[in-house]
Amino acid sequence: MSSTVRTQPVASATAQPDSHGRFGCYGGRFVPEALIAALDELTAAYTDARCDPEFTARLNGLLADYTGRPSPLTEAPRLSEHAGGAQIVLKREDLNHTGSHKINNVLGQVLLTQRMGKPRVIAETGAGQHGVATATGCALLGLQCVVYMGEVDTQRQALNVARMRLLGAEVVPVKTGSRTLKDAINEALRDWVTNVDTTHYLLGTVAGPHPFPVMVRDFHRVIGLEAREQMLARYGRLPDAVVACVGGGSNAIGIFHPFLDDPGVRLVGFEAAGEGMDTGRHAATLSAGQPGMLHGALSYLLQDSDGQTVETHSISAGLDYPGVGPEHSWLKDTGRAQYRPITDAQAMDAFRLLSRTEGIIPAIESAHAVAGALQLGTELGPGALVLVNLSGRGDKDVDTAVRWFDLLGEQP
Amino acid sequence: MTARLAPLFAACGAQHRAALIGYLPAGYPTVAGSVSLLRAMLDGGCDLVEVGVPYSDPVLDGPTIQAAADAALRGGVRLRDVLSVVESITGAGGRAVVMTYWNPVHHYGVDAFARDLAAAGGLGVITPDLIPDEAHDWLAAAQTHDLDRIFLVAPSSTEARLAMTAAATRGFLYASSVMGVTGARDVVSSAASELVARARKHAPELPVGVGLGVRDGMQAAEVAAFADAVIVGSAFVTVAARDGEPAVRALAADLATGVRRSAPQPAL
Repeated sequence: MSSTVRTQPVASATAQPDSHGRFGCYGGRFVPEALIAALDELTAAYTDARCDPEFTARLNGLLADYTGRPSPLTEAPRLSEHAGGAQIVLKREDLNHTGSHKINNVLGQVLLTQRMGKPRVIAETGAGQHGVATATGCALLGLQCVVYMGEVDTQRQALNVARMRLLGAEVVPVKTGSRTLKDAINEALRDWVTNVDTTHYLLGTVAGPHPFPVMVRDFHRVIGLEAREQMLARYGRLPDAVVACVGGGSNAIGIFHPFLDDPGVRLVGFEAAGEGMDTGRHAATLSAGQPGMLHGALSYLLQDSDGQTVETHSISAGLDYPGVGPEHSWLKDTGRAQYRPITDAQAMDAFRLLSRTEGIIPAIESAHAVAGALQLGTELGPGALVLVNLSGRGDKDVDTAVRWFDLLGEQP
Repeated sequence: MTARLAPLFAACGAQHRAALIGYLPAGYPTVAGSVSLLRAMLDGGCDLVEVGVPYSDPVLDGPTIQAAADAALRGGVRLRDVLSVVESITGAGGRAVVMTYWNPVHHYGVDAFARDLAAAGGLGVITPDLIPDEAHDWLAAAQTHDLDRIFLVAPSSTEARLAMTAAATRGFLYASSVMGVTGARDVVSSAASELVARARKHAPELPVGVGLGVRDGMQAAEVAAFADAVIVGSAFVTVAARDGEPAVRALAADLATGVRRSAPQPAL
């Protein structure tokens, strides 16, 4: 037996949130009263389920036999040649069934949906990875599934729209606002307020009202728990740094959390700097935002001087979001984690480099983490061990890459 | 302290009728245009106007109010314009409260907003995405600046939450008639009268207003039979968009007749 699947959280000296869903001052429930009963029901169902050995056994069984966990740890020696002598190691969430880390949380929440006796699931999706994972989980358990997706994203991630439809989900293109992830969440919340009796909102990131940030985190902690064991088993030590991309922040919190109490391990999240921080066309919430409420939680937020959410830009649909999970805001303020911007161009360079050096085409979201690892490796220097959460695979991004690199033109 | 809206409900009570409350977003279609429309609502027979703060992410609003808020934001409306709209209403003797999602107020500064709203003559704030559990700063600011705090309850609210929310509320309790977003509906849900009755058990003295879905005098009369206030939003936005001020005045007049019609008490 190489390594076991583990999902149960361990008690941490830095255990957050409190019983009101607060990570320091962040988090909470800034939602209409109409949703409070459902959030309380969900909190109770989740609290009950995590103490139920049968639930844990069923989830762990699915994670192992359906998803294919534990996901491997892959050395990246040819990529590492570009990292200033640091050694880069990839946690391969891209090899999970459905192609990203999103399935970890989805399986937990579809089992909870079944437990609560709700026949219908709604979800939002940006890049489509969470939508595909949700459509998959719903097909597996026979639940009705509706996925809200910004119209812009349905165009740039058309492959994932087709996958969701193949899996039997209804995909609703959202035409309001910026027609991206933020507006897909708005529309999902409107659906939920209307249909809350029969419907579970399967939120795909560590944002939203309590209990979503803590529950989604707990379902993704398996990433960091496995990686920590795998690092110790292979290298006999912990990494010097753990890096991940941050949109809402689910894959980052999943890999960061089990390392929170290891002070020697730097935790660095990489946000989408889009066309550049000075252009204003970016989605780097923790780098450039201020605390505010969006989608039910107080957290860093990209907003204007009147508290209106601003439109964001990233080449990566999954990072194109003006908010971020409240626990990341708390980790930033306490200094336990750092957050830095990576531009579209830096991410696309890393996307191509990883493809050509290791034969792994990453999701453009994850390419931000790869670019960040190269940057950080150069700073840490020779001998440093950098663990990257490779959160998803890049099949969905081939169209974007074709346009970015002009791959259909003549090869130079 | 007595609610700022107490005299309004006392006057309506003396006439044995429900109050009529109309909503429009500030800055729609323009800042000056919204003042004219809100005045037309009061002229037509509204007892109180809700001045809406246009917001980028209105998760409790249906397409009609979303579109109006979008248009107002595209027109460049600012939170300080909302305060000037309130001042224009109250300066002319009208009664106004503000309806706002919470982030614009949080960003402005909760106490500063309460201070400036009170100075503009506003009487209180309706908070669709702020529940009393999260409203510590607002409750303190409302106390300091003597503003009513109008929280929402929904058919899904438990008895414990109805009691807690009613206790935190001053002015009136806003009962969402249905589970859903704003928008005119053909039929007034039966959940509304049930919710009002449940709320009254916890706070017999607190007026209860019913919103979401009312669009004409007939429906207003139905709601007026069991609620202390009838709240109309999307229907006003729709007629304002289509036919402007005269249509807004006419709808207000129709609704005002409705709340004065003594409809039979529906069976609970």
